[in-house]
Amino acid sequence: MKISYYPGCTLKTKAKNLEDAALASMAALEVDFEELPRWNCCGAVHSLADDDLIHHVAPVRDLIRAMERGSDKVVTLCSMCYNTLARANLLMRDDEVKRKTINDFMDEEKDYHGEVEVVHFLNFLRDEVGWDKLRSKIKVPLEGLKLAPYYGCTLLRPKNVSIEPPGHPKIFREFLEVLGARVIDFAASTLCCGSYQILANPEAAETVAATILEGGINSGAEALVLSCPLCEFNLSKKQGDLLQKNMLSQEVPTYYFTQLLAIALGLGGEVCRFDLNDKISAELLKSKSLPSCDQAILT
Amino acid sequence: MSDAQTAPAKSTPAQQVATGDRAILPEGAKTIPIYVMGKKYEVPETLTIMKAMEFAGFKFLRGCGCRGGICGACPTVYRKEGDYKLHFGLACQTVVEPNMYLAQIPFYPANRAGYSLDEIEPTAEAIFALYPELFRCVACNNCTKACPMGVQVLDYISALKQGDIAKAAKLSFDCIQCGLCASRCMGELPQYHIAQLARRIYGKYIQPHADHLAKRVAEIESGKYDEILGKLTEMSKDELAKLYKEREREPDLAPLGTWMPQDTQYL
Ligand code: FES
Repeated sequence: MKISYYPGCTLKTKAKNLEDAALASMAALEVDFEELPRWNCCGAVHSLADDDLIHHVAPVRDLIRAMERGSDKVVTLCSMCYNTLARANLLMRDDEVKRKTINDFMDEEKDYHGEVEVVHFLNFLRDEVGWDKLRSKIKVPLEGLKLAPYYGCTLLRPKNVSIEPPGHPKIFREFLEVLGARVIDFAASTLCCGSYQILANPEAAETVAATILEGGINSGAEALVLSCPLCEFNLSKKQGDLLQKNMLSQEVPTYYFTQLLAIALGLGGEVCRFDLNDKISAELLKSKSLPSCDQAILT
Repeated sequence: MSDAQTAPAKSTPAQQVATGDRAILPEGAKTIPIYVMGKKYEVPETLTIMKAMEFAGFKFLRGCGCRGGICGACPTVYRKEGDYKLHFGLACQTVVEPNMYLAQIPFYPANRAGYSLDEIEPTAEAIFALYPELFRCVACNNCTKACPMGVQVLDYISALKQGDIAKAAKLSFDCIQCGLCASRCMGELPQYHIAQLARRIYGKYIQPHADHLAKRVAEIESGKYDEILGKLTEMSKDELAKLYKEREREPDLAPLGTWMPQDTQYL
């Protein structure tokens, strides 16, 4: 089985901490991933307008690139990329008319019918690596760390691309438990982070971001765990604004799930790029004095 | 061929065709119909579009520069009879085909951001700030399909969105700034200006600098070569020829890096 890795633009720029930690972890898990040699933006948002097919061209082109590599699967780390690619893939599988229109438009490429499967890294870890194997590779269990997994929308909605059957998602919980953390479920974990409303309607986005962050801490979590740079922007980078407006009672550490994976695999802080997180996130880890990561984390 | 061999002197030239890119029609040259801006012209079949248009009576005040496929002044769009595809080429490089319908697009409006290369931050974010329309790309690939130089335009735009200035600079290296990419862009990007900025940043800030080049430039500026250059320009042709013939020369098969001239004063 051949697996392509689709990074996404933000992971190469602002969210290097999401990618670098994942790449190091894949290597440690001896997972053979090949980054697509050619790829473009995933399209970022799945267009819902029935007559707006042009915005599906970008994700379909990426899927064609994976097909050209002879890959069965394309794995993503970013929830938004996952969602956009997976939905475009379903459209190409299920909608004969739109598939033909898109394939005709992209007449310089091979026709695509949904040959490749789009997989989020969490599913990949569970289904291809397996929790047992992952557990056996954990060198630094995240003991004493109380973490709240935050799904947001794009991992779960709409239900035909949900990384788990709709209902009570547990994959994130299982993942963090394998890493040795204490997992705190909280009601707001599947609320939308505010997404691009942060630009068009910032008050609404801030309100929901504050609800999520407060919800996490009030449930007893010490930090939120994320898988999306846009969620990270609203839930982490915007915390300063929330504090200033008294919408938030305290700073809340946030991590990408891949950073915690790398720490638990004993890969140390360097690969995690904590310099791109809020300071408080690195400090929390340091305060837990987990072996092998206390030194490097703040450097 | 065999006629020519048996009776070379007497043979009247057989069906002769225009050869090469001459705009003066040799006798018996075959002509073909082409359509320039919708009007039909009969032109010699082996001419480039540029020469064919001149043959037809057009005179280029704009839309022609180097005639060598490098200045980007002569981008041309054409269709062929019965083919829905748009084709693109440089008028000075593309040979006419029967029933091609063409128009030149010597200039296409595309905004170029103002910046000072000395003051710019050599980061992708700086490029994003100058050209925020970069994020209007929908990956339709029309740009790549339009490029007469075969540049992977979509790929370099994608590289920039991914923050990879070096990759964008390398992928866009063959760009001659003709503007056809911009003319076809659904997102209204001025791709070629963005790529030029990427190459400038790459050249100034990212590409490793050659120390020996800087040293040599300093030597030139210090006047090290002025005297000998002055002497050379004063010399007669014979003196120059003699000097050239007697010059020290590396033997053809000398192993790499083993040979040194006697006279090392200009090294
Ligand atoms: S005239 Fe310069 S590229 Fe054609």
